[in-house]
Amino acid sequence: MWRYFGRKLLIYGLTFFVAVTINWMIPRFMPGDPVQSMLSRANIAQPEAVEAMRAHYTNLFGFDLPLWKQYANFWAALLQGDLGISIWVFPTPVTDVIVRAVPYTLGLLVPAILLSWVAGNRFGAFAARRKWLDNTALPVGYVLTATPYMWLAILLAWGLGIVAGVLPVAGAYSFAMEPSWSWEFLGSLVEHWLLPFASLFLVAFGGWAIGMRNMIIYELEADYVHYLQSLGASRRLVRRYAFRNAILPQITGLALQLGVLVAGALVTEIVFSYPGLGHLILKAIQNQDFFLLQGTFLFIVIGVLIANFVIDVAYVVVDPRTRIGMGEAA
Amino acid sequence: MSLTVTDLRVHYRTLRGEVKALDGVSFTVADGEIMGLAGESGSGKSTLGKSLIRLDGRMRHVGGTVELDGVELPVGDSAAMDRFRFSEVSVIPQYSMSALNPTRKIGKMVAELLASRGERLDPAELERRLELVGLSRDVLGRYPIELSGGMKQRVVMVVSTLLNPSLLIADEVTSALDVSSQKAVARTLLGLRDTGLVTSMIVVTHDISLVYQIADTIMVMYAGRLAEKAPADVIVTEPRHPYTRLLISSLPEVGVRQADKRLSGIPGSPPSLLDPPEGCRFRDRCPLAFDRCAEQPPFTEVAPGHSVACWKAA
Repeated sequence: MWRYFGRKLLIYGLTFFVAVTINWMIPRFMPGDPVQSMLSRANIAQPEAVEAMRAHYTNLFGFDLPLWKQYANFWAALLQGDLGISIWVFPTPVTDVIVRAVPYTLGLLVPAILLSWVAGNRFGAFAARRKWLDNTALPVGYVLTATPYMWLAILLAWGLGIVAGVLPVAGAYSFAMEPSWSWEFLGSLVEHWLLPFASLFLVAFGGWAIGMRNMIIYELEADYVHYLQSLGASRRLVRRYAFRNAILPQITGLALQLGVLVAGALVTEIVFSYPGLGHLILKAIQNQDFFLLQGTFLFIVIGVLIANFVIDVAYVVVDPRTRIGMGEAA
Repeated sequence: MSLTVTDLRVHYRTLRGEVKALDGVSFTVADGEIMGLAGESGSGKSTLGKSLIRLDGRMRHVGGTVELDGVELPVGDSAAMDRFRFSEVSVIPQYSMSALNPTRKIGKMVAELLASRGERLDPAELERRLELVGLSRDVLGRYPIELSGGMKQRVVMVVSTLLNPSLLIADEVTSALDVSSQKAVARTLLGLRDTGLVTSMIVVTHDISLVYQIADTIMVMYAGRLAEKAPADVIVTEPRHPYTRLLISSLPEVGVRQADKRLSGIPGSPPSLLDPPEGCRFRDRCPLAFDRCAEQPPFTEVAPGHSVACWKAA
């Protein structure tokens, strides 16, 4: 067992290293010069002052060093928990910017992923046993799961926000408010959270429901189910066993879908101007903010890897066959 | 009379129409009798075995009755049948290797199965039964994947007979096993009857030479109908139905050099049951066929305990 997790951790470590390296490279491939854009923002006329500032910034961000040295310094700083200084909101440290945005993204993602998975599986298992529901809900499920996240988000924003006017379409809370621990503010938070959450939830829900429905139908034809039925086992027991076996591929599916869900959340945040990581990525790209972009990607990579690891562990807990496989390998 | 089946008809629903897999079958199995049910694939023997306990989704009970210990079994009504399953009629399925839920420990599965039937598990009795088939109590704490094929088969045998059913259907239980395991399984089946855990038994098989070792009687089916039923040694030594005769003569004999005598098969193949021909269904392949075979021969007793469906046998 420990060997299994040791091997897993090694793979995760390697993935982390490669992903972070790519994250470091991507901003540097972008066209444009971050220092130049800062200077133009500063709007200074004197050429000497401009030159002095350019020299200062270039030195501050380390752009005067050779690339390999920048890369090495990046890792050295990273291992000390330093992600650099944001160019977009200079001179705030990137860590602070991200820490402020992370709760919003997590607040969207975690409920959307977990609730859609749980509800989709329950609903799929339920629909599999009722023909009329299967015939009506299944096509809806296919449409939902085939919908791109941001497209559904735009549709919801337009339908419920603009046309019906019942829900706000931008921000995490009313622009007229300051964050505080009042009921009014919390209400505003929830109101602004509903639409982005719904667009993430619905698309994922459709996918899980269809997957579960197919798995349950397959499991109900499995030999062990026929045997239980031949011995007159209650329908409840048969359903429980089928569900437990059908859930295994859905857990694997969750691990595979995680990245897609995160990407979907990022785009959805942009649609709703939701101040999470997705919003930061957009701003970072617009402002040539290498460090913020790097830092945001780093957080996403860490988040996905941790979630995958949790799923790995969960799978071992629910499927005895993986445990036995490990026993033989060790 | 333990089991009385009267004119049982079970059809399969297919896109091309009704396949008459079981077309009017009547027979009895006495208390304490082990009946071998033989026939080639497609003869309806497995359909008959399933009909007595659980019709699958495509099977439809068209007519006829099944009576066990004086009570009529509602074979066509799966929900009503639940009451009789396991406790009165039980089955050792063809797929014993995959009959156990892979994600449950065996002991837990058995307990949950019994609880769902409103029965209480007696751990001492369960362990005793496991010992009878040569398994230790440790298997209860294991997952099915941790057992060998033969062990799984034995676990299924123990589980299926836990409520001492009046009738046990063993469906091709030896087909997937090597010969030494076959022998062990055959002995276990005999033991179940001899210790009274199971009153009577139907052993569905295509292997006459194996079922001959344990069965009291053998019933041969052909194309959805009964061909012949007789005590096991009579079926093997003096079969009356031409199909049974050809079937027996197709079996190799130990010690006979096959170079001298070529094994004769039965030429031709069974008729389609989608639209079976009138009269005797073996007519086209039968060396003895004559005009009267256009009329269906009745399944009649030609000697005590020996029934045959053939005009030439009477």
